[in-house]
Amino acid sequence: MRPKADLEPAVSTGPTATAASAAAPTEGRRRPRAERRRIRRLTTRDRIVITVLLGLPLLLTLVLVWATTLASIGLSFTNWDGIGSAKFIGVDNYKELFTNYPPFATAIWHNLLWLGFLALVATPLGLLFAVLLDRKIRFSRFYQSAIYLPVVLSLAVIGFISQLLFARDDGIVNTVLGTTGQGGHPVDWIGDPHINIWVVLVMAGWRHAGYVMVLYLAGLKGVDPSLKEAAAIDGANARQTFFRVVFPVMRPVNIIVGVITVIEALRAFDIVYAINGGTNGLELLSVLITDNIIGEASRIGFGSAIAVVLLLISVGCIVAYCMTELREEKK
Amino acid sequence: MATPGSHDRTTLSSPTRRSVLRAAAIGAGAVTLPSVLAACGSGSGAGGGGKTVTFGSNWSDPVPKQGVAKAVADFQKSQGYTVKTNTVDHNSFQQNINRYLQGNPDDVFGWFAGYRMQYFAQKGLLSDISDVWGNFTGFSDAIKAQSTGLDGKQYFVPFYYYPWAVFYRKSVFAQHGYQIPTTWDQYIALAKQMQKDGLVPISFSDKDGWPAMGTFDYINMRLNGYDFHKSLMAGHEDWTNPKVKSVFDTWRQLLPYYQQGALGLTWQESAQALQQKKTGMMTLGMFLGQQFGSDVSDLDFFAYPAIDPANGQDAVEAPIDGFLLSHKAKDPEAAKKFLTFLGTAKAENDYLSVDPTLLGVNSAVDTSGYTALQQSGAKLVSTAKSISQFMDRDSRPDFVSTVMIQALQTFLNSPSDVDGLCNSIQRQKTAIYATEG
Repeated sequence: MRPKADLEPAVSTGPTATAASAAAPTEGRRRPRAERRRIRRLTTRDRIVITVLLGLPLLLTLVLVWATTLASIGLSFTNWDGIGSAKFIGVDNYKELFTNYPPFATAIWHNLLWLGFLALVATPLGLLFAVLLDRKIRFSRFYQSAIYLPVVLSLAVIGFISQLLFARDDGIVNTVLGTTGQGGHPVDWIGDPHINIWVVLVMAGWRHAGYVMVLYLAGLKGVDPSLKEAAAIDGANARQTFFRVVFPVMRPVNIIVGVITVIEALRAFDIVYAINGGTNGLELLSVLITDNIIGEASRIGFGSAIAVVLLLISVGCIVAYCMTELREEKK
Repeated sequence: MATPGSHDRTTLSSPTRRSVLRAAAIGAGAVTLPSVLAACGSGSGAGGGGKTVTFGSNWSDPVPKQGVAKAVADFQKSQGYTVKTNTVDHNSFQQNINRYLQGNPDDVFGWFAGYRMQYFAQKGLLSDISDVWGNFTGFSDAIKAQSTGLDGKQYFVPFYYYPWAVFYRKSVFAQHGYQIPTTWDQYIALAKQMQKDGLVPISFSDKDGWPAMGTFDYINMRLNGYDFHKSLMAGHEDWTNPKVKSVFDTWRQLLPYYQQGALGLTWQESAQALQQKKTGMMTLGMFLGQQFGSDVSDLDFFAYPAIDPANGQDAVEAPIDGFLLSHKAKDPEAAKKFLTFLGTAKAENDYLSVDPTLLGVNSAVDTSGYTALQQSGAKLVSTAKSISQFMDRDSRPDFVSTVMIQALQTFLNSPSDVDGLCNSIQRQKTAIYATEG
């Protein structure tokens, strides 16, 4: 046991030390040497702890994320009803999906609409709330809690709330608009497939803005006040200070918010499922996957093909986003 | 977590714990659901000697649950067997049926008649119970046909059914002097008259996706006959057939008389509109009575009006619920004893004494306790020449849930483009039915 244990750190120190010295070339030579010595001092117990702490999550990631992802991709080329064995059918599922499945195009459009709405409306709104609340206005604690409140609710609950608000005949919105009485023409917020997606987006955005606000509040607190002072001394006005100094400094928060926005838009599911099962104008990719795979339908191959499309969209969005962010960082 | 060995005690001592576990299990995801739910279902077995039958029950609502429990208790008492009941939420059970049957299913479990049963029989997931059927009495040929697989063997023990019809309030019809329509023209004329009288003629809702199927089925059967319905649902007909298009064309005549905003309403909401006398009629199953409370005595129905005199009103949509024997039954003999008992009028009476909104299937069922509504329901079905199940029970589940729900909602949104819709249904149908024989 012992000699083997002595051998390992010597092997693993190499890259770590090089990486450390490459990352901090100006810091002199003492640093890498100190690090090497520290790693050598690892006991067997340390090594076991590290193996468990790293190996277990790695194993879980491999099994729960990568294996299932690959299984989904594999299944998407088969025809399988969940009973018996799967039959390989090539790209037929994809052909079918793009040419002969009307809800699919609608669902893609809705997911992109969702992404656009969150990115262009809800996220900037959350940033605006954060900036306003950061100015220590009166009752800011109250506003903060009020805006954050919907984040605590699950989207399914928000789905139920929207039904109470937007029901056609006895919903609050139509009652306030005064269109429910005799002879009125109440708007069918939930049932009209051209309107209901916007209702859902408003409700989802309501929640998302609160979430983004909290993240940016934390980000703004972390901005060094001396930067703002310096900007003021240089004669920058409030807008310039914010866009040229404060916003760029919050880069880590910006990245997190961006990724969260993409994730929220692509995994949207519960709110539409709670409202009408994700049909009639509220189709989303996640709903189509569920409808096809889970439940009695069991078109597992076909559903997996939709899942792969969703995977490609998410990976595409995230990779594109992170690449632009990282490229800017290098500049 | 409750283990199978300890679940009886857990259930008895802390019912809230069970509901928490069930909620957690539903949240935990579908894959693990069947086993988890099986582990924390409610146990009614008292243990001890005698043979044991496990029973997967999807009667999770309080009233049906109590009704089934009564029949089970009667079986245990009279035959000396022990039945271990695992009650699973109705919808979860349905959603997980595939995995449930391939995993570790209970010996006997609750399910539906028609194609929805035949599908699993064909897959070899059910056991043939033709020998049990040999001892049954009191079932009509139509009922037997619904219990028979595509291979001609029996798999299903029918328990109760609920007919679909056009429901109305007797007091509303009496107040305005309306006559029961028996033909399509009379039906439309009545709807027009109701509109003049300030009523919304027909309560209609399809937010849930399935209520509209009942209307489609009825118009199809009245127009094209029961055999065409069966054949269309089984995938043998072309959806671009003019016969199918004429179903949509006929249906379109009804749309002006429908409740507004139907796609945003659940069946409960539109049933309440009928109960509140805002609307005049509604096509739904007899379970509609659940929304009427004490007004249920004012609720009555008439058979769906005839369209083509050749078909008259001879077909009735009456979904049947009952029991199946899984292919992995541990003790088939004991399970068959249980199924034999469930097929008797006695078992059905046990159930109906608790839940009076449904009808017993067995002709020997004691109907003296039936309400007026139940009696007319029984009359409607007994005079029917053929009994259909329902679109989602007479057809492939993948086809109905991924194509027809959307298709019918599309029709209700834009009723004019029937050609495009039928073409789209046909193309998708061809693709889905091509995957499996």
